[in-house]
Amino acid sequence: MTTAPAKAGWRFRQPSVIPGFGLTLGFSLAYLTLIILIPLSGLVWRSASLGWSDFFAIATDRRTVKALEISFGTAFIAAAINVVFGTIVAWVLVRYRFPGRRVIDAMVDLPFALPTAVAGIALTTLYSPKGWMGALLAPLGIKVAYTPLGIVIALVFIGLPFVVRTVQPIIEEIDKEVEEAAATLGANRFQTIFLVLFPGLAPAVVTGFALAFARGVGEYGSVIFIAGNLPYVSEIAPLLIVIRLEEYDYAAATAIATIMLALSFLMLLVINLIQSRTRKRYG
Amino acid sequence: MEVRVSNVRKEFDRFPALRDVSLDIRSGELIALLGPSGSGKTTLLRLIAGLERPTRGTIFFGDEDASNRTIQERNVGFVFQHYALFRHMTVADNIGFGLKVRPSAKRPTKAEIRRRASELLDLVQLSGLEKRYPAQLSGGQRQRVALARAMAIEPKVLLLDEPFGALDAQVRRELRRWLREIHDATGHTTIFVTHDQEEALELADRVVVMSQGRIEQIGTADEVYDTPNSPFVYGFIGESSSLPVKVEDGQVWISDRPIGLTAPELPDGEATLYFRPHDIELLDECNGCIAGTVAASRRVAGTRRVELEIGGGRERIEIELPVGHPAAQKSRVAFRPKRWKVFPKPVEG
Repeated sequence: MTTAPAKAGWRFRQPSVIPGFGLTLGFSLAYLTLIILIPLSGLVWRSASLGWSDFFAIATDRRTVKALEISFGTAFIAAAINVVFGTIVAWVLVRYRFPGRRVIDAMVDLPFALPTAVAGIALTTLYSPKGWMGALLAPLGIKVAYTPLGIVIALVFIGLPFVVRTVQPIIEEIDKEVEEAAATLGANRFQTIFLVLFPGLAPAVVTGFALAFARGVGEYGSVIFIAGNLPYVSEIAPLLIVIRLEEYDYAAATAIATIMLALSFLMLLVINLIQSRTRKRYG
Repeated sequence: MEVRVSNVRKEFDRFPALRDVSLDIRSGELIALLGPSGSGKTTLLRLIAGLERPTRGTIFFGDEDASNRTIQERNVGFVFQHYALFRHMTVADNIGFGLKVRPSAKRPTKAEIRRRASELLDLVQLSGLEKRYPAQLSGGQRQRVALARAMAIEPKVLLLDEPFGALDAQVRRELRRWLREIHDATGHTTIFVTHDQEEALELADRVVVMSQGRIEQIGTADEVYDTPNSPFVYGFIGESSSLPVKVEDGQVWISDRPIGLTAPELPDGEATLYFRPHDIELLDECNGCIAGTVAASRRVAGTRRVELEIGGGRERIEIELPVGHPAAQKSRVAFRPKRWKVFPKPVEG
């Protein structure tokens, strides 16, 4: 393989001595283009046929804004909850040996495997005012099903494995010596965990958060059953897209989709930047 | 602070890692625990730190029984082989950690902690690296930071577990000299574990030689090297040659000839003679000597190492001669060890 001559002001940094860089990079780009870029640019293309004023009208429509708010808001809250409890679950699974550990470990993956509609129906049955959990919560004045709270619960369910599975290997990697070092320096257990161990997990936790969040934003199947789908209250953006499609209003559907795409991309980009900064530091 | 280890035994799953070890460490001493892997040296160090609990026995810090003290209460500085730095903290935060986690009544102010950290960085010759992260440092620098972090808490004892084990030879030698200087400047009682005899002999005031969970010998570098008190120490420290001999009436015999060495305190019977290959005198005539046929001779650095066959080729030993010594050209060499020791053969069964 010949090296590309330096053309204008920039050129590839010599990537590495391992051969095959050109071939694999070419393949990766072609693959990503085919699988991700072409469908997504089709989306943008389609919504561009609207023209600015129409696009703007759809984007600022109160129902659209509300739906986006609900989608991103609930996904954010659910991801935040998952970060806390997912990390605890991962911690327990790695650090302790107890009967049934393997079963629990396997259970974590269930939300990955279960058809999301099944999860949604199961959750709705549980949390509806007549269901087991719903009946318990109703006297307290807490309504779960058919409210944004229901959406959050569905997204917590869906997002849990993302956090657990990203944090778990990092906890496994924690060096026993680091804990011992903290102890010899006088740190008690609490200080060791909160000053030494958890900050070390931060990059993995952020990744887990990003994955759970991204999944939550795009989640459809499990949410629509429990959400009740009241416009302006518990209607998520993906559902609104489907509604517009059913009305044969393809332009509006793609417009909402494009906004979702832009927002998601922006947030993931920010998270990735935070990540690469911490990576560079911690090595 | 004096440290006294008294009749300590440690078992892991019924397997004894330490069997009845006693050791007195004087205040301000730099002491090395030396032994092959599995000799229990690291276990002993971890017991002193409180990272393990003894199965039996007590450990005193000064006059105080530390056995039931927690790790946190013992106030020891521990340096790990693989540094164990907190990688999400800057160098300064790493060093200040031990001060920061103190209960608020004893905690210095933030400015004070920062001042102390940069003072210690000066001491370990890393001034100006406060803001770096461990990942941005070399191995040698990381170990210096680890040492500074351990010293920040003003420990009663400094414990170092193979502190230079993960570094390359050059850095190792440099850090060795540097550690000695730091020790002389600060006067901490320091115990370090190593399997590198050169490191132990060069650095330590006293060397504790360990094998199979027991202390074989405690002494200065000179004592341990010149007068090893067991076959193990002879074999483990420095070069040694050994020959099977027989003791009769206090005379040492090889096959059917006395070799001119006396061991009156030993009982009659089979025994083994140990000596250093360079600690010999050559003899012209042999009446009472070890004589052997030259089997091979190699030049090793500044000396010539001659391999001799003794007693018709059944045993081979090595001796060292100065380069250019005429004896190396001869086919038969007679010599007598100048410093030597005979150990009776251990009773089998």
